[in-house]
Amino acid sequence: MQILLLALRRLAASLPTLLLILVGLFLLLQLAPGDTVDALIAQMGGGDPAMAEQLRTFYGLDAPVVVQLGRYLLRLVTLDLGFSAIYGKPVAEVILERLPVTLLLMASALSFAFAAGMALGVVAARRVNRWPDTLISTLGLVFYATPSFWFGMMGIVVFAVRLSWLPAGGFEEIGSGNAGLTRVLDIAWHLVLPVATLALTYLATYLRIMRASMLEVLTLDFVRTARAKGLGETAVVLRHVLRNALLPGVTLMGLQAGTMLGGSVVVESVFALPGLGRLAYESVVQRDVNTLLGIVFVSALLVIAINFIVDMLYAKLDPRIVSGR
Amino acid sequence: MSDTTLLSPPLLSIEGLTVALPRGADRPHALEDVSLRLAPNEILCVVGESGSGKSLTAGAVMGLLPEGVRATAGRILFEGRDLLALSPAEMRKLRGARIGMVFQEPMTALNPLRSIGSQIAEMFRVHTRLSGAEIDRRVLALLGDVRIPDPAAAGRAFPHELSGGQRQRAMIAMALALEPRLLICDELTTALDVTTQAQILRLIRDMQRRTGTAVLFITHDFGVVADIADRVAVMRRGLLVEQGPADEVLNRPQHPYTRALVAAVPPLAPPAPQPVSAEAVLEIDHVSKTYRKGGWLKRNRRVTHAVKDVSLSLPRGATLGIVGESGSGKSTLARCIVRLLDPDGGEIRLEGKDRLALSREELRQAAPQVQMVFQDPFASLNPRRRVGELVAQGPIIHGTPKAEAMARARELFGLVGLDPAALDRFPHEFSGGQRQRIGLARALAMRPRVLVADEPVSALDVSVQAQVLKLLARLRAQLGLSIVFITHDLRVAAQLCDHVAVMREGEVVESGPVAEVFARPAHDYTRALMAAIPGQGWTPPVAFGSEEPA
Repeated sequence: MQILLLALRRLAASLPTLLLILVGLFLLLQLAPGDTVDALIAQMGGGDPAMAEQLRTFYGLDAPVVVQLGRYLLRLVTLDLGFSAIYGKPVAEVILERLPVTLLLMASALSFAFAAGMALGVVAARRVNRWPDTLISTLGLVFYATPSFWFGMMGIVVFAVRLSWLPAGGFEEIGSGNAGLTRVLDIAWHLVLPVATLALTYLATYLRIMRASMLEVLTLDFVRTARAKGLGETAVVLRHVLRNALLPGVTLMGLQAGTMLGGSVVVESVFALPGLGRLAYESVVQRDVNTLLGIVFVSALLVIAINFIVDMLYAKLDPRIVSGR
Repeated sequence: MSDTTLLSPPLLSIEGLTVALPRGADRPHALEDVSLRLAPNEILCVVGESGSGKSLTAGAVMGLLPEGVRATAGRILFEGRDLLALSPAEMRKLRGARIGMVFQEPMTALNPLRSIGSQIAEMFRVHTRLSGAEIDRRVLALLGDVRIPDPAAAGRAFPHELSGGQRQRAMIAMALALEPRLLICDELTTALDVTTQAQILRLIRDMQRRTGTAVLFITHDFGVVADIADRVAVMRRGLLVEQGPADEVLNRPQHPYTRALVAAVPPLAPPAPQPVSAEAVLEIDHVSKTYRKGGWLKRNRRVTHAVKDVSLSLPRGATLGIVGESGSGKSTLARCIVRLLDPDGGEIRLEGKDRLALSREELRQAAPQVQMVFQDPFASLNPRRRVGELVAQGPIIHGTPKAEAMARARELFGLVGLDPAALDRFPHEFSGGQRQRIGLARALAMRPRVLVADEPVSALDVSVQAQVLKLLARLRAQLGLSIVFITHDLRVAAQLCDHVAVMREGEVVESGPVAEVFARPAHDYTRALMAAIPGQGWTPPVAFGSEEPA
């Protein structure tokens, strides 16, 4: 019951955030010189001012900014994201085609980075200042310091070109007619390199956070209590330390969701994945304003949703959150 | 009792235990040649100040010494087996099952993310093969045994949902779950309020009598020792200085250090009252302060009346003690007097002028008039600045030339009993008692009319506490200071204060001259507080402050 209340409170709090993002983005685009009509006329190779005026009236661009903003927000409420001139279909359709790829990439990378980072962090903390710790920490530093596009390219050179173990790009074998489990395996096979590339930087962050928070929690009084109960070291870590040490990592996961969406632009470009990140990049290049706005809207929704899930997870992990202490 | 316990074979026998500290520590050995015996059904109190090695003794018995610290000589015989020779796996079987332990801080000693019930049940899960239903039944019975109200609900609760006393009861239930032969209590009641402490001590005694468990009780508080000990061992800097039946050690202490410790315990009887001026320097008139906790919905809103309609007055040159338990509002009141907090209503008049009516700028001008000394000597001094600067900073801000302020700081250092040459050191180079003296010098540098001291001796060792109390009494006489003294310790209040006010839940329930309040407490709560003071039946045989540790 209390957790439901918390969920409602968090949801209510995220609505103003969404509104703020949309209004801010809309106004920002208003500040940029030129509008859709200018872009259209430029594409047509010029036109007379009378036609431009007509077009502006047609698109509703002659109305005051506030009215335009109102119309834009009203359209968004009905989930109408407008029409993309470049792709020749509604923006919502374009985005929906690309969304699953990005979602799959992000979810896999985030889970992999989180799980592996946590596991390595625990190992490093248990063997602090001995060789496993040194090895893991050094590896973490390397992952953290290397840009992900370089990882991607090296991955392609080594695993795809030299060893031919993994495909160099794409989401699945095109035209293979795969279905069911074969298709799933095919997609998974294609995603190994992109997911690893996107995940490594984040893995290093989780590793460091987990190692530090494990070391901190291990010094707390209740760990001594657990030992005084006669628990073995493994049981102490599993039953008492781990959950307490997870909390900072979970917080970080919510914060990094946005960054990861940005990181997927690079990875999708390197591996030629038809995802949201690459769509965003293409719409910037092609000045497809409607699509760009739609992507920002969907991304904002995505980040808010992830943060909401993280908040709920946190409340589940830490009973002190719900009681408001 | 001591005769019978001497005859029965010891349950625990520590023989010539030496524990080495890692290289680079302030001394090579944490414990040196310590020998202790504990018979079944006996309570042995190990008394000492911080750094005496009393907690490490317990750690050595539990096999839980900190990293880098290890026993280098001696034996720890428990039920005839040498614990130092056991493998980690064998030791784990003893821990919890045969030797239970309870720690000082009940909040942090419990895992905040797991329910009380599951943490107690873990004892059975680790050491027994009982069924889940049987474990649940036993957990409930244990929680009932330690007299937690509503055991079923307490079992489901998380640590933060219980009070400090309830958490400590849960800890005791956990430690006693498998009916260990030996229970180690490390500063069990130090973090608790005095009334809760009395209940917990009674609980320990009852449980101990019922189960025949031997108790190794580590404490720094002679009052507690007087209440529960069968035998007493006194430790200092890793050495056992005196050991014997409680009556012997408490009433006829032999070793000079034991005598000094006993002399540092403030007696309960207030000294003869000194004449107090009729003129009030500070008047607190119907002051209230509430804390609100937001929430859009009305029912989520929480209002805490931290200070409720308090009226008190402090005569010039006198000390007004404000005593109460945690949450009584005494610290909030202190902060209102200094105006670190703005009360919701009432007047606080200093020499007839209402301080609450002052504007920000006027208040800044008037800041020197009321100065504060804080509780924590470690957190209340900026670690990045030299102590001389810290003391001189206030006067310099208020326009004193730097040279003059530094000269004054040097003079003050002498006054509070510090070496004036230490002015350009940093706070971490001083001990807790010395830092509290620096805090005093800092407050006195402003030449305040009223000094507000919020638990200034609570974080200090008992012998240091006695020295700081003596210093405060001397400064009061020497400088004619008027002091508002906040404390939870009635013994301290009895020794230092002329007037005393007892607070509970934001209200002053009783106030008056200290001798009167102590001799004839009028309010039920004051009587309850008095009854809970540990060691009432014991009068320290050495006069207060007459002997100091060498």
